[in-house]
Amino acid sequence: MVRVSEITKKYGSKTVVDGISLEFQSAQTYALIGPSGCGKSTLLRIIIGLIAADSGTVWIHQKPLSEQPIKSIRRNFGYVIQSGGLFPHMTCRENAILPATYYRWPSDRIQDRLSTLTRLTELPEDALGRYPAQLSGGQRQRVSLIRALMLDPDILLLDEPLAALDPMIRNQLQTELKAIFQTLQKTVIVVTHDLHEAAFFANEIVLMKNGKVVQTGPIQKLQKDPADPFVTDFIAAQRGHLMTGDGDKA
Amino acid sequence: MRRFWCLLAFLILLAIVPISGDRSGIKIGSKKFTESVVLGEILFGLAEDHEDNPVHFRELGGTRLVFNALTRGEIDAYPEYTGTLLQEIFAGEEIKNIEQLRNVLANQNISMTEPLGFNNTYAIGMLKPRANELGVTKYSDLGRYPNLDFGVTSEFLDRGDGWKALNRHYGFKFPNVRGLDHDIAFRQLSNGTVDAIDVYATDAKITSLDLKVLEDDRKFFPRYDAVILYRSELDRTHPKFVERLNQLSGTLDAGRMSSLNLSVEQGETETHVANDFLIEQFTIDAGQTVEPNLLNRLVQLTVEHLDLVRKSLIPAILVGIPIGIIAYRYRMTGNILMGMVGIVQTIPALALLVLVMPLAAYLGARTIGVGSFSAILALFLYSLLPIVRNTFAGFKTIDNQYLESAEALGLSTSYRLRTIEMPLALHSIMTGIKTAAVMNVGFAALGALIGAGGYGQPILTGIRLNRMDLILEGAIPAAILALVVQFLFDIAENWVIPKGLRLKPTE
Repeated sequence: MVRVSEITKKYGSKTVVDGISLEFQSAQTYALIGPSGCGKSTLLRIIIGLIAADSGTVWIHQKPLSEQPIKSIRRNFGYVIQSGGLFPHMTCRENAILPATYYRWPSDRIQDRLSTLTRLTELPEDALGRYPAQLSGGQRQRVSLIRALMLDPDILLLDEPLAALDPMIRNQLQTELKAIFQTLQKTVIVVTHDLHEAAFFANEIVLMKNGKVVQTGPIQKLQKDPADPFVTDFIAAQRGHLMTGDGDKA
Repeated sequence: MRRFWCLLAFLILLAIVPISGDRSGIKIGSKKFTESVVLGEILFGLAEDHEDNPVHFRELGGTRLVFNALTRGEIDAYPEYTGTLLQEIFAGEEIKNIEQLRNVLANQNISMTEPLGFNNTYAIGMLKPRANELGVTKYSDLGRYPNLDFGVTSEFLDRGDGWKALNRHYGFKFPNVRGLDHDIAFRQLSNGTVDAIDVYATDAKITSLDLKVLEDDRKFFPRYDAVILYRSELDRTHPKFVERLNQLSGTLDAGRMSSLNLSVEQGETETHVANDFLIEQFTIDAGQTVEPNLLNRLVQLTVEHLDLVRKSLIPAILVGIPIGIIAYRYRMTGNILMGMVGIVQTIPALALLVLVMPLAAYLGARTIGVGSFSAILALFLYSLLPIVRNTFAGFKTIDNQYLESAEALGLSTSYRLRTIEMPLALHSIMTGIKTAAVMNVGFAALGALIGAGGYGQPILTGIRLNRMDLILEGAIPAAILALVVQFLFDIAENWVIPKGLRLKPTE
């Protein structure tokens, strides 16, 4: 379980994250959504500890992040970024098992875990022997997901994982990802700018604007009972995109 | 990445493999002009006659450099001129006569032979027919012909103790004088444009143009008597050699020396000329030393050149890459280090060679000669910049997504450096090494300025003797070697760069 309380982060005079408090329950999927620059990616990076907040606390399993050894934090998180972040000089196999190699797992344990995850993500076997540059964008994201799940973390963070993919593959992967999240029963936090994707994945949507949370809840709640005119505007704008067919262009 | 470590290990091995043993016998030195080299070869021949393994560090450079090498014991003997000692080495110390000079030298543990016989001073020369026609044999005779045309070297015209002082001393008033380049002066003298020029007493052209050297009857010019300077301990350790040195005294008058110089200018090697003299004078046949043919010479030069390159380039790689990494990791320290490396690069090569000499001497290493530490140190410093810069740039330009991924995976700093950052920076690092290697091969030719050997040696000799074949003998192999080195590092680069980085992305 992850909880953030009173998180604030400023870059110069601009407040990017402004006193946000949230709770993320186990086995639930959350979507952080909002217009560009609303602070959703920054919040994600603060949760994983890549950026230090100016004030406020991140709690992982009831303990502040800052008081935990870095090793246990990293074991707790799996992290997938938009471009995949696969290292181009390593084969996909080397990329995928890197966290386990680093922690010196025995090789049969690594092989078992890798087989499980390739099945889960439906990655073709021969893809593992190739280099990232030789794979399609969708397959790269599958490898990236395997790497994120290698150490079996409790929490999975995804920062616009599908934004760089073309629409067909994106649709297919959305369906697959949702199934994977349901199988895994982990705390999943996805950052996206696409409301439909958010509604599709998430039990709970966190809508942000200018560093603040505007409303949280399932999509139906946001539609029926908007906390702010911005919520209605945001939903309407995304619907408009969909009608004119622009919705998938990132 | 493993391949890169293999390459480094191989290079280290390459740097420490000993190639040639050090010569242990008498070490002769000479300055960078024909006469000095010829005399050096004569000393070498005398030493070789009954000593093991003498060595001649040819064309080491200027007076100060060679004299200092003698005081430090890096060479044991070399030819010098009394005037040079008084005017240049001990300028400002009031030494009145040769005995005082001997005492001052003895304090530095240096002995001086009696004069060899010629006085290589400035002199005034005329074509013999013209001198006979005017009946001129000595300087004071010139006073009778105030309308003579003089062509003197620009340096002689400007020096305080040159043309003006000469005129004051003899009470001359010659209105027709012009400053000329030395070679042009000879040409103008032979076609009659000028009547008299300044010459060095043993100038080869005196013989070839059959000049009359006038007598300095009122002793204006100081004496530049040729002598041999040697370290005093040779009296004990090599008494026979010293005995031979002393037998040289009085054997070389100006005419004989200038005809030796002439032989060299006409294409004989200094070794050959010196051997002829030794056979004639001492019936020593040092001629068993077979003159190496072009191929042997090239092999020798290549070995010397590569020795300089490997001993400077490889340490530069081993030091440069860590400096580049430190510069990337720690901004402040990095800026200072990069600044220092950059400044070194702006020092002219010749100045750098001279600047590192005291350091080499302080460390007790050889400052001159083949394989000398100063040449290696200077080349090392020159090779640093491209390696440091490119290493730094290689790390600096790593895509942020990889750094973020590595950090999110929780990899330790050193693990990240080894397995992620180094491989991603490798392309740039290898480019830096390649640039440094090619530059190094070129700069190493300058090592010859302090007698470090290599391809620069024939180039320097060629410039001195105005012989294009010798210049090409150094320049062509140097260019080829640069290309070969570039080619080898291209192959090495292809081999060490991980395959994934050489692929073009599919989309």
